[in-house]
Amino acid sequence: MKIGILALQGAFIEHANMLQALNVDSFEIRQKKDLNQPMDGMILPGGESTTMYKLLVDLDLFDSVKEKIQQGLPVFGTCAGLLLLAKTVHNHSNPYIQTMDIIARKNAYGRQLGSFRTIGTFAGIENVPFVFIRAPYIEQVGDGVEVLAIIDDKIVAARQDNQLATAFHPELTKDLTIHRYFIEMCKKQ
Amino acid sequence: MKNERYELNKELAQMLKGGVIMDVTNAEQAKIAEKAGACAVMALERIPADIRAAGGVSRMSDPRLIKEIQSAVTIPVMAKVRIGHFAEAQILEALEIDYIDESEVLSPADDIYHINKHDFQVPFVCGAKNLGEALRRIDEGASMIRTKGEPGTGDVIQAVKHMRLIQSEIRNLVATREDELFNKAKELQVSYDLVKYVHENGKLPVVNFAAGGVATPADAALMMQLGAEGVFVGSGIFKSGDPAKRAAAIVKAVTNFKDPLVLAEVSENLGEAMVGINEEEIELLMRERGE
Repeated sequence: MKIGILALQGAFIEHANMLQALNVDSFEIRQKKDLNQPMDGMILPGGESTTMYKLLVDLDLFDSVKEKIQQGLPVFGTCAGLLLLAKTVHNHSNPYIQTMDIIARKNAYGRQLGSFRTIGTFAGIENVPFVFIRAPYIEQVGDGVEVLAIIDDKIVAARQDNQLATAFHPELTKDLTIHRYFIEMCKKQ
Repeated sequence: MKNERYELNKELAQMLKGGVIMDVTNAEQAKIAEKAGACAVMALERIPADIRAAGGVSRMSDPRLIKEIQSAVTIPVMAKVRIGHFAEAQILEALEIDYIDESEVLSPADDIYHINKHDFQVPFVCGAKNLGEALRRIDEGASMIRTKGEPGTGDVIQAVKHMRLIQSEIRNLVATREDELFNKAKELQVSYDLVKYVHENGKLPVVNFAAGGVATPADAALMMQLGAEGVFVGSGIFKSGDPAKRAAAIVKAVTNFKDPLVLAEVSENLGEAMVGINEEEIELLMRERGE
């Protein structure tokens, strides 16, 4: 089992540490040639979605990444990664990868003063810590999208087939629940 | 609760890692920076090179300018306050700024005390030229550190010196015997807990960026290879011939800082770099402000 982590900008090392805790190997994707390595899943980390998108395009990674997701490679996007996957980002004009049938809102909780942490239920698993940093949420999901977590009536985690997205950052906690869930997704693929 | 806020503030800095934070003086520049891939912008009235040229007292920016920049971009917006000027910081907090830079670039308001950053909900980044300064700022509540360098010069030598010094002091602390840590804390004038953290983890407890004199993609790559987790670029972008192109090139250089082929490619044909001032030509040493 090997997971590729998009390492253009943001908190990608944190994801690698989580995978290591689960005894799963990972490697960083910084350039097109990194995508030639075989992988069982891919993580799109937190950071700035505009920065990552710009680098995906400039470094000629965009089409290959999108293609891999469309071909069924399991992918897990956190925060900025969620925005990259979303079909529509409500208050943002840039189209990103757009493979996941969700409508997301960027900076949905406002600026840094709106960042918070809480305890939630993820896919029926209780007491999972959620960390929201200038986070988005999901306003609407299409058919075939399973809602996995809700906080204050807002959808904060969802799955559509091979795509998993969370508005929060499990990689900033010590709780391995969500990474474990993603690895199970990768195993079944 | 207070502790939780501090954790969230450190975590925002984690999200900025591997990115470039750019100085901008108006909404239009902020949009250029965002489009070029900046992970955050620093809103200020004058970039450091112009502050140097103009002389006089340099203060926090007009809140109106900051608001205009906040509404122009979706990436985090930072702004500077004078060292020790907690009232300026209160104003920026009221504007819901994403990060406050208590900065030696502006004229210091207090020659003894830094701001008690624990009093604030919004995060602070502070400059440091050695480990003691970095840890003292963290003791005061900073949730991110950057090198001081020598801002507005386009000369990277001080940023290099500060990053190398901080990294080597960290390595020395790791190698220090445990029973000598108490004395280290005294020498550095910081709490024992922080010294112990660095000794055990081999790094600062917060994210550490490079700043002060970065002007080219190669400068940015140099700082990243020396251990910076990201880069601030002040005057280097909007004092150059083609800001959008240079900005995008520096962003790419930070992502692929270990790959000379990419660095060669992005360094090509960038137009004129900022003219810059050599270290020995400088009259005002900003790095000496706030120890």
